[in-house]
Amino acid sequence: MSAATTPSTPGADGIFVAPLVVEYPYKRTVGTLLSRFFLSLQEGRLEGTRGSDGRVFFPPAEFDPVTGRALDEWVTLPETGTVTTWAWQSVPQPNQPLEHPFAWALITIDGTEVPMLHAVDAGDIGRIRTGSRVKVRWAAERSGGVRDIACFDLLEEAS
Amino acid sequence: MARRDVAIVATAQRPNQVGSTLTSVELILPVINEVIEKLGIERQKIGFWCHGSCDYMSGQPFSFVAAVDAIGAWPPIIESHVEGDGALALYEAWVKIQTGECDVALVFSNGKTTSGPIDRILNLQADPYMVTPLWPGFDSLSALQARACLDSNVLTEADMAEVAARSYRDALNNPIAYAKENVTAEQLLARPYVTAPLRAHDCGVPVDGANAVVLAAGDAARGLAERPAWIRGIDHRIDTQRLGARSMTESFSTAVAAHKAGVGDDRIDVAELHAPYTHQEILLRRAMNLGEGTHINPSGGALVSNPAMAAGLARFAEAAESVFSGSADRVLAHCTSGPMLQQNLVCVMEGE
Repeated sequence: MSAATTPSTPGADGIFVAPLVVEYPYKRTVGTLLSRFFLSLQEGRLEGTRGSDGRVFFPPAEFDPVTGRALDEWVTLPETGTVTTWAWQSVPQPNQPLEHPFAWALITIDGTEVPMLHAVDAGDIGRIRTGSRVKVRWAAERSGGVRDIACFDLLEEAS
Repeated sequence: MARRDVAIVATAQRPNQVGSTLTSVELILPVINEVIEKLGIERQKIGFWCHGSCDYMSGQPFSFVAAVDAIGAWPPIIESHVEGDGALALYEAWVKIQTGECDVALVFSNGKTTSGPIDRILNLQADPYMVTPLWPGFDSLSALQARACLDSNVLTEADMAEVAARSYRDALNNPIAYAKENVTAEQLLARPYVTAPLRAHDCGVPVDGANAVVLAAGDAARGLAERPAWIRGIDHRIDTQRLGARSMTESFSTAVAAHKAGVGDDRIDVAELHAPYTHQEILLRRAMNLGEGTHINPSGGALVSNPAMAAGLARFAEAAESVFSGSADRVLAHCTSGPMLQQNLVCVMEGE
């Protein structure tokens, strides 16, 4: 927490407003399922879990959403997927995946049914659409986490 | 055990503003005093005090403890705090009255939404491993939901602009609303995207606000208000926190809560929907089958003033006031919480 890095400033009514920047640098244990998942990301692989009805979950589900059974059958997945919906971040905010305008998207990885959230480096708003095909761009340095996927790139589409 | 009849008997809301320099106690105190003065009761008659707010927004843990200064803790009181919207605190107070432990409860909430970057602060509510590290913010998550609705022809950008234009025009008649403008949907559609497909008018305006309502049971309610707003049904449901597993085009939790609360049992005159985004109002209307006969958000709704953690309780206050005045007989109040309509609380109230 830093309270005194910049001076207080008076508001329009003469009441002073003091800056307060709060940061909580926690470490949290992620449990056994996400530990294995994050290790696979660090090693450059996409892995999901298979549910009781055959559906594959990516990111992996720890328990079957229908039966509640613990899921332990892991499936290695391709690095490609399909955009199911998207939005355009015209002014990127601090800590977001890209520093230039990009698309947020829900992406269904091939062989799975439930999409995940990530960023697509589409370059221009006119280049992405629902149904666009995308491929993982791995982060240069990976430490085990969702940011090991730097973002997704658009695949060239046959016209 | 039979359910006790419980009603809202008084409300108070402070005018919504931007960049308030008041402390949370200074924000809350006037609405507490106002709602008690309206009823003309002794503070000791209030058997339970329940507060809704968010510590992340004030940047300090247990910030709600300071709010006790606004209600007074001597002689000793029984109070509770919900880390969430005041509407969820109202639900707790309703349950408390159901237990028979008290007959009168005061519920209040406050949000200094403009103290920090609210879109980034609320990001901390998301999945801490798969979503928060990407820092998407509520605006862009809601934009994903809006795009899915547009793609599947659930609604159009013109429908969304109609919601905004109606809300901005209705707000002209609401002295405490923040954003108000005599504007048409066509004019709004000519304005640029902020987070496409959302334009500025599609996103609720973050403001600082506070409000209070008093609940009372049975004869206590009849003695405190000429025409209490009786709670006939109240229900709270949650969709999965896994964003991709949720329907983007339907709000199941709203539909279930509305069914449990008895929304469809009779006509609804006024519905105050907590929809921080235009497309979400349309999803809520569809989930609850609200048709032409229902006046949606005569206050202007959360679109024109969205004090985070107080905007849901504001819907209860607005809906109850329309019963007090006799302008409506059967009303609906709704509160949402979390990204993309994750949680939904639905309440039906009636005049006698």
